[in-house]
Amino acid sequence: MTDTKIVVDCSTGETTVVTLTSEEIAQREADAAAFAEAEAARVAAEEAKAELKSSAKAKLIAGQPLTAEEADTLVI
Amino acid sequence: MANMIPISTTTVGSGGVSSIAFTGIPQTYTDLVIYLSTRASAASDSVGLRFNGDSGSNYAYRYILGNGATATAGTGTTTYTLGGRQPESTFTANTFGSASFYIPNYTSIYYKSVSSDGVSENNATTAMAQLTGSLWNNISPINSITIIPGSGNFVQYSSATLYGIRKY
Repeated sequence: MTDTKIVVDCSTGETTVVTLTSEEIAQREADAAAFAEAEAARVAAEEAKAELKSSAKAKLIAGQPLTAEEADTLVI
Repeated sequence: MANMIPISTTTVGSGGVSSIAFTGIPQTYTDLVIYLSTRASAASDSVGLRFNGDSGSNYAYRYILGNGATATAGTGTTTYTLGGRQPESTFTANTFGSASFYIPNYTSIYYKSVSSDGVSENNATTAMAQLTGSLWNNISPINSITIIPGSGNFVQYSSATLYGIRKY
């Protein structure tokens, strides 16, 4: 399938569907890779926070002391 | 009194497209607004903006995000503004997400700020809602905006509308 983009020229009102150049395809792949990296970091941070919160809850129930990182998930 | 004036709108046709670009943006408004109704063809539910074709790491962002189970916040720098959300390919069929971007003082000779909100749609536990503040570290007036999905294409019937705000 050919990669395309929509270009809307606001000065003329003309809308065209344009096939991507090789440079644009490369940029698109770079964008996807950059986004995947940022998203992976976000998900990792989210999972780490959830794990700390779960651990903090278990320790509270068991009457055990929390680490500073675990306490940070409960106290704003 | 501010007036919100439609500049251009477009709807994606059969086969989808990798991006949507508004070019030749008039420099006669004070602010710009973009409204999106989109869906991704791939397993990526993000949507962002690129200004004047600048693909450098010149876009700083800070966000707060809820996914239905947990809330997170983060900050970073990337090659286009983040902020929009849309259903990814595995989300409930025939649903489209909503996102809006507000770009004040887009003709100024200062760095450009962007505030955005976006939600995906999914009849399941996980669906995203995100608020984002971004900064394009560039002093050039904005004359083109490209709307980019995190990966894959915007599917057919996705739409984008650009408005200008006139404060007089």
